[in-house]
Amino acid sequence: MIPQDYLGLAFFSMLCCFWPLGIAAFYLSQKVLQLQQTFDSSLEKPQFPGASAEFVDQLEFIQPNVISGIPVYRVMDRQGNIINPSQDPQLSKETVLNFYQKMTMLNTMDRILYESQRQGRISFYMTNYGEEGTHIGSAAALDPNDLVFGQYREAGVLMYRGFPLDHFMAQCYANADDLGKGRQMPVHYGSKDLNFVTISSPLATQIPQAAGAAYAVKRENTNRAVICYFGEGAASEGDAHAGFNFSATLECPLIFFCRNNGYAISTPTNEQYRGDGIAARGPGYGMLSIRVDGNDVFAVYNATKEARRRAVAENQPFLIEAMTYRIGHHSTSDDSSAYRSVDEVNYWDKQDHPISRLRHYMTARGWWSEDDERSWRKQSRKTVMEAFERAERRLKPNPELLFTDVYQEMIPSLNKQRESLWRHVQQYKENYPLDLYEK
Amino acid sequence: MAAAARLFLRGANSKLSIAPGSLGTTLLKLSPNCSSRTKTQRRHAAHFTFQPDPVPSQYGPTQKMNLFQSITSALDNTLASDPTAVIFGEDVAFGGVFRCTVGLRDKYGKDRVFNTPLCEQGIVGFGIGVAVAGATAIAEIQFADYIFPAFDQIVNEAAKYRYRSGNMFDCGNLTIRAPWGCVGHGSLYHSQSPEAFFAHCPGLKVVIPRSPIQAKGLLLSCIADKNPCIFFEPKILYRAAVEQVPEDPYTIPLSQAEVLQEGSDVTLVAWGTQIHVLKEVASMAQEKLGVSCEVIDLQTILPWDIETVCKSVVKTGRLLISHEAPVTGGFASEISSTVQSQLLVALNLIASPSSSSFIQTVESSQEKTLC
Repeated sequence: MIPQDYLGLAFFSMLCCFWPLGIAAFYLSQKVLQLQQTFDSSLEKPQFPGASAEFVDQLEFIQPNVISGIPVYRVMDRQGNIINPSQDPQLSKETVLNFYQKMTMLNTMDRILYESQRQGRISFYMTNYGEEGTHIGSAAALDPNDLVFGQYREAGVLMYRGFPLDHFMAQCYANADDLGKGRQMPVHYGSKDLNFVTISSPLATQIPQAAGAAYAVKRENTNRAVICYFGEGAASEGDAHAGFNFSATLECPLIFFCRNNGYAISTPTNEQYRGDGIAARGPGYGMLSIRVDGNDVFAVYNATKEARRRAVAENQPFLIEAMTYRIGHHSTSDDSSAYRSVDEVNYWDKQDHPISRLRHYMTARGWWSEDDERSWRKQSRKTVMEAFERAERRLKPNPELLFTDVYQEMIPSLNKQRESLWRHVQQYKENYPLDLYEK
Repeated sequence: MAAAARLFLRGANSKLSIAPGSLGTTLLKLSPNCSSRTKTQRRHAAHFTFQPDPVPSQYGPTQKMNLFQSITSALDNTLASDPTAVIFGEDVAFGGVFRCTVGLRDKYGKDRVFNTPLCEQGIVGFGIGVAVAGATAIAEIQFADYIFPAFDQIVNEAAKYRYRSGNMFDCGNLTIRAPWGCVGHGSLYHSQSPEAFFAHCPGLKVVIPRSPIQAKGLLLSCIADKNPCIFFEPKILYRAAVEQVPEDPYTIPLSQAEVLQEGSDVTLVAWGTQIHVLKEVASMAQEKLGVSCEVIDLQTILPWDIETVCKSVVKTGRLLISHEAPVTGGFASEISSTVQSQLLVALNLIASPSSSSFIQTVESSQEKTLC
C-alpha cells in the first residue's frame, strides 16, 4: 500500500485557489517525502535497508582481532599504585575501608561455608575467591534501588548492599529463617528489600529478563538502572544473544556485567569462544562496550559508575567485561586440580588478587595497619562463626511450605496432594523427623 | 492429527464418499455431475461448523466481532485501563500476522505496542523481566509451533519464579498468547496444539477459548490473573467464528469448565475448535443413536476443573475426550486417568490411590467406565 503523500491534494487545492488547504497539504507532502527514503540507483551509495556502509571493490575478509584485542582498563597496577591520577575515583577513607571489609568478610564467609559443606553441615556451596573486586566495585557504583539480576557468583553484591550474614546462612542451611522458604540449593540468594532478584540455576536465563525489567523501569521514569551479571560461559547461551539484542533494539537502561574468570567449570575460555572475549561482541549488537581489570576494584567502580550514568541518561545498554580469575573450584562438587595446575591458581592468589591490591592502596595511605588487619580478621571470623552457629541450630521450614507459592493461590489438586502427604506422614511418623521442622 | 474420539463421523456435506471395502480396496465414488479433475484439485476444507453462543446480556452493549477482533478488544481494554501494560512480539506493531493488534500502536504509542527481534526465548525472557519489574506484559508468540525455544524460560523460570523466591518475586503479570491448532493447510509447523507439554508444569496456567465471547473474557482473566498464563487462540476460528461480543471488559473465571449442554448417557470433553465438532457429534448421536450427550468445554487446561468433569461422569458413567494433539501423552490421558482413579475411589471399588491393588482394579474396570 503506497502511503498518502498529499502532493496531489496540494496541487488540486492550489489550482482551485483553496490556498490554506493547499499550503497545508504541500507542507505535509514535503514531510512525507523526507520520511520516505528516496531510492536513486544512480548514486554510488548502497541503498539496502539492512546496512548503510560504503561500497568496496577489494575482496577482503575482516580479521577478528584476538591477539591485541580490546584493551583492559585499569586504575591501579598489581601492587595497588594508581597509574593515572585522573582515574583515581578519590573515594573517602570510610568508603575504601568499607570496600575492603566487605571483600574480606565475603572471603571469610566463603571459607567457613565451604568447610561446612565438607563437614556435611550444608549440602553444597560456591565460593567467590578472586572475584570479590568485581562484586564490590560494581555494587558500590549503583544506586540501592537499581535492580540486580545475577547468575550465582555475585554474593559480594548482596553483602555490599547489607544482606545480613544470618540470611546468607539461613539460605545455605535452608532453615526456617530463609527468605526463600528453604526451597533452593545453597547460594541461590534473593532479597526483595535489597532489589536483588533470586538466583536460579539455569544459566543466562536472567539476561533477557534483565532487558525486560530495564524496559519496564525505563517506562516508570524513576531514574533506576538494571544490572545483569553473568560469566563468560553463560555468555555462550542463546539467552545471552537474545538479551543483548533486545536491550539494544528496545533501548533499555541496562548494564551487562560479564565476569570473565577463565573457566566454566572445567572448560577454559579457548574452548568457550574463539573471538576476542565477550566485550568484542557488544559492538555487533550496537552496544557500547568496555573491558576492565576485574581485580582492580577502582576500575570496576569507575566503569560501572559511568555506564550507569549514561545507561539511564541515554536509555541504552552497556557491556562491561571484567577480566578476573576463579581462584576457587567451581563448587564443592568440583576439584579443579583435575584440569588446571596449582601453580596457575597460586599466581592469581598470591600475585594478582583484588583484596591484596586494595590493601596495598590503603596501607600506602596509612589507612590500614598490620594491627587493623589482625583484629579485623579476628572480628570478621567471629561474626561469621556466630551467625553460622545460630543458623545450624535453627529448625527447618514447615513442610506445608512445599505446597504454597506454586501459584499465588492454593489450587484444589495441590491441596489434595498436600493432604495425601500429611496422611502418609502421620501413618509412618516414626520414619519422618518432624521435630527438625517448624510446626 | 489424531483425535482421541472413539466416535468417527464424516460430514454430511461432502461430495466424496469412500466405500468401505476390505483392507486396501477402497473405492473412490464421485458424484456424477463433477469431473474427477475438479474434485481432486479442490482443497477439502476441515469440517466443522462454528456454533456461536447466544448474545450475552449481562456485560453491556455488544458488537459483532470475530475471534481476532475480540482479542483486539480485550487488548484495547487492557491498554486503556492499565498504564503499565505493554504488548510485544514479532510483527505486532503493524497489527500482527493474524490482525490481533491492529490499531493499538497508533492508539497507545510505540513504547506500549512494539516489535521485538525474531527470538522466542528473548520474547518470553523479556516478558518475564517486564512482569518481575511490576508491569503487565503481554507477549505474542507468532505460532504455538514456535514456542519451544521459549520452553526453558516458561518452565524453568516463569512457572517457578514465585515458588523458588519464597514469594519475594513473581511474574504473575505475564501472559503469553499464541495462535494454536489446526487450520487445514498448516501442516507440521503451523498447526500444533502443545498444551500437553505445559500441562506438566505446575505454576503455569494454560487456557484455550472456543469462541470470541469466551476468548475476550478468558484473555482478560489471564491478564488479571497473578500467575503466568499461556493463552492459546484457535487460529482456524480467527475469521470463521463471529459472535456478538461485549465492548466493555468482562472476565470469565479460569479453572471452571463449562457444561454446554446436559445429557445422561455420555460425557464429551473438549476445548477450542473441537468443541464445535463435539456439539455436532452430540446432536448426531441424539438423532441417529438416541444417545444423550453431556458436552463440557474444559477451557482451562491447567489447573483443570476436575470436579465438574468427575461430577458429570458420575452421572453418565461414560467419558469421551477429543483433542487435536497426538494421542500418546496428550491431555486426554491426564483427564482419563484422573477421572478413573477418582471415580473408582468414589464408587468404593478400590481404596485410595496409594493402595497397591489400585492398578489391577483400574485395568479390569476399564470396560465399565469407557464406552
